[in-house]
Amino acid sequence: MSLETILFILFAAVGSISAVLMITRRSAVISALFLILNFAALAGLYLLLNAQFIAVVQVIVYAGAIMVLFLFVIMLLRPENERKFLRANPKVKIFALAIAGIIFIQLGYLIFFSHPSGNPSGTVAASIKAGTIEEIGRQLFTNYILPFEAAGFLLLAATIGALILAKKKFE
Amino acid sequence: MIQLIYLTVLFPLIGFLINGLFGSKIKNEKVIGIIGSGVIGLSFLVSVGAFIETIGLPVEQRKNIVDLFTWLSVGGLNIHFAYQVDQLSLIMALIVTGVGFVIHVYSIGYMHGDKSFWRFFTYLNLFIFTMMNLILADNFLLLFLGWEGVGLCSYLLIGFWYDRKFEKMTTSDAGKKAFVVNRIGDFGFLLGMFLIYMTFGSLNFGEVFGRVGAFNVDQSVFNFIAIFLFIGATGKSAQIPLFVWLPDAMAGPTPVSALIHAATMVTAGVYMVARCSLIFASAPAILTVIAIVGAVTALFAATIGLVQNDIKKVLAYSTVSQLGYMFLALGVGAFSAGIFHVMTHAFFKALLFLGAGSVIHSMHEDQDIQNYGGLRKKMPATALTFLVASLAISGIPPLSGFFSKDEILWKSFANGNVVYWAIGAFTALLTAFYMFRLYFLTFEGNSRWGKDKRPHESPKVMTVPLMILAVLSAIGGFIGIPALFSGEGGNVFEHWLEPIFKNADARLALYSAHTHTDEIILMVVSIILAVGGIMIARQIYMKKPNIATSAAKKFKGIHKLLWNKYFVDEIYDATVVTPIVKTSESFLWKITDAKIIDGVVNGVASLVGSISKNIRKIQTGVAQVYALVMTLGIAIALLWIILSL
Amino acid sequence: MQVPIEYYLILSAFMFIVGVAGVLTRRNAIVVFMSVELMLNSANLTMVAFASFMGSAVGQLFVFFVMTVAAAEAAVGLAIIIAMFRNKLTVNIDEISILKW
Repeated sequence: MSLETILFILFAAVGSISAVLMITRRSAVISALFLILNFAALAGLYLLLNAQFIAVVQVIVYAGAIMVLFLFVIMLLRPENERKFLRANPKVKIFALAIAGIIFIQLGYLIFFSHPSGNPSGTVAASIKAGTIEEIGRQLFTNYILPFEAAGFLLLAATIGALILAKKKFE
Repeated sequence: MIQLIYLTVLFPLIGFLINGLFGSKIKNEKVIGIIGSGVIGLSFLVSVGAFIETIGLPVEQRKNIVDLFTWLSVGGLNIHFAYQVDQLSLIMALIVTGVGFVIHVYSIGYMHGDKSFWRFFTYLNLFIFTMMNLILADNFLLLFLGWEGVGLCSYLLIGFWYDRKFEKMTTSDAGKKAFVVNRIGDFGFLLGMFLIYMTFGSLNFGEVFGRVGAFNVDQSVFNFIAIFLFIGATGKSAQIPLFVWLPDAMAGPTPVSALIHAATMVTAGVYMVARCSLIFASAPAILTVIAIVGAVTALFAATIGLVQNDIKKVLAYSTVSQLGYMFLALGVGAFSAGIFHVMTHAFFKALLFLGAGSVIHSMHEDQDIQNYGGLRKKMPATALTFLVASLAISGIPPLSGFFSKDEILWKSFANGNVVYWAIGAFTALLTAFYMFRLYFLTFEGNSRWGKDKRPHESPKVMTVPLMILAVLSAIGGFIGIPALFSGEGGNVFEHWLEPIFKNADARLALYSAHTHTDEIILMVVSIILAVGGIMIARQIYMKKPNIATSAAKKFKGIHKLLWNKYFVDEIYDATVVTPIVKTSESFLWKITDAKIIDGVVNGVASLVGSISKNIRKIQTGVAQVYALVMTLGIAIALLWIILSL
Repeated sequence: MQVPIEYYLILSAFMFIVGVAGVLTRRNAIVVFMSVELMLNSANLTMVAFASFMGSAVGQLFVFFVMTVAAAEAAVGLAIIIAMFRNKLTVNIDEISILKW
């Protein structure tokens, strides 16, 4: 049992459990906190996969910015705590869980028992090199410059949109 | 003119359209009457022209087909709108258009003042149109078109005064009865047509009759075809068992009774059997049936006519009886004798009805002969013509009825057997008796009408047609003088029609072993019977009227039976009509129609409604439910991917 | 790599399913949003796993863009929630049902 396997099991467990807990807590704040924990576990998994840049970005952007935004809104709106999970529309909820379960089984089948055409097995060195910031930066500014600019526009639009939507009425 | 024969059909159609579309706007009765009668007159002239032209042709060329257009061409069935101009159809055309014209002119006077004057002439023209189609058709389907058409016109005209009461029902009930009873006969006719097509592969007269000899057909098929066609004829020509509509058809105006129910429509059955003589000749068993039915009907109807008090009813039963004579003639293979009687009967029966109409008109719609009496002084022209017609129908020489009736009696003795002759002769006695009972009670003796009635002679427009028909009734028979008297040429009428019936005659291979002497003896016997009947009637109704009343009292049972027409209507009503009506009402209407069919239709509608009411609930408006359904779709898509791997 | 790629994939599938369940069952709109973020992250994990196992940087680049889009979407979505809250004074999804017949 190598260190990698142990770490994988650790991060995977933390990620799964925090995900499940997130959706079952009654208080919204607690759910947000568990999501942050999930993101942290994911960052660990990224590191295990030699994706250093993405791991760091995950922590900074997701856990640091987006979740903070979520918490701000939760605190602002102060929604009341939900009731027990199955009190409202129990039939619909159970049906939804069933469907989700079925999809999970189908995905599992596809993952394990299908025969993919490609064979993903590169070398460790190659994956280390691919995860460095230089490599990502090179790809970003040469081959994928167009999506990069488009993303910029998208962020601009989102900023303006969010601003206007959340603004109080003009006097 | 032969090629223009379609004009005889076209002219009445034009008259029908003009009067039908514009008649209500034309306020002038004269114009409507002239249009209505004029077109028939033109048709008559065309028929005469075609007749003269046909006389000029050699015998082999006397059958001409005038093809107008192709009506149906479906698979193997090829029906043309084509008219067959030959000796038989020309005779019928002359009768229909000639007598029809006279009756149209009479109607101008009779229907004077009626609020639907134009509608009457519209229907009359429509009737002539369909009747001409029937007569001139060269195939079964076109004949059937005319057949149905005259049935329709009969219904329309019987119920012409649709809001008038008639005995225990309304006139439109009488019209419906005629139509429905006719329909039963038509069903038989249709079955016959189907069999003919199945057996011979065609409905064209020429082709079918040509193939009768050539094809190898089982005897039973001929029997079935013949009996089905005859059932159609019993419906249209009011024989047993489908005669019940004719007496009730007297609910219609008198010219209608004269034209349709005496002279033309009711003879359509006789014409059809004559036209299909070869088929009937191939089924001798059915010919026997026809003869028996004809004879029995003749006797049966004559007995009923003895005791009726409505002047039109007497004439109606007389018509049924005379039609029985015609079928008797056909049944013993004397086809041309039957057609001869059609012709003479058209003359004198139309005259009788028109004369009766004249009387009814002047007695202000009272039709009960018990209220008549002594009308000769007030209506001399009507009385004289009525007398001529009565003599003709009784078979007094040298009037037309004598020659035609005697021909039938002679042939039924010679070709058939003495029983037929006996029935026919006895019926002739009864005929003379009841006709002159009618005449004496109406025109002679003391007047029995009240002071409020002022009978008067009818206007010229009505009496001139009577006189024309009287002349025809008197001299019309000379065309059919039997070979006995006219020498080597033989019976002119029979000779004229000989080519039509020669195949049938050959097939029947009738052999008459009787001599001229027998014929003369029978002739004398029928004259004696006729005169005897007249004398008895005179004795009872002129000299000693209480004989009639005491006889009625003494033979109360028989009198009741005859007066109630042997209760035939009541029997039909109880056994056939009422069960059908009850079944239709309680089962077919309430259960099948209302519950099952409506239930299915309404059920489908309400099913759709309830399904949609429930499906509508899927759209809850909550976005999560929509997402749920989408997820469901994803699950199905994944399933499909997995299954196709 | 000693941990085979299927394990990463099944983990990501599990997180995705949890996210789906959260979207479908929770009534609080903000928590629904967070579940959507969870789903996005599971997709990210899949892509990074493939990128790593195939030695290509393109997968990680794509993750970069996904994060960008997720951020933008979170911002705008929360703004909408705030605007909705101003009208209805609730973030309970069941009570916002105007998209119906």
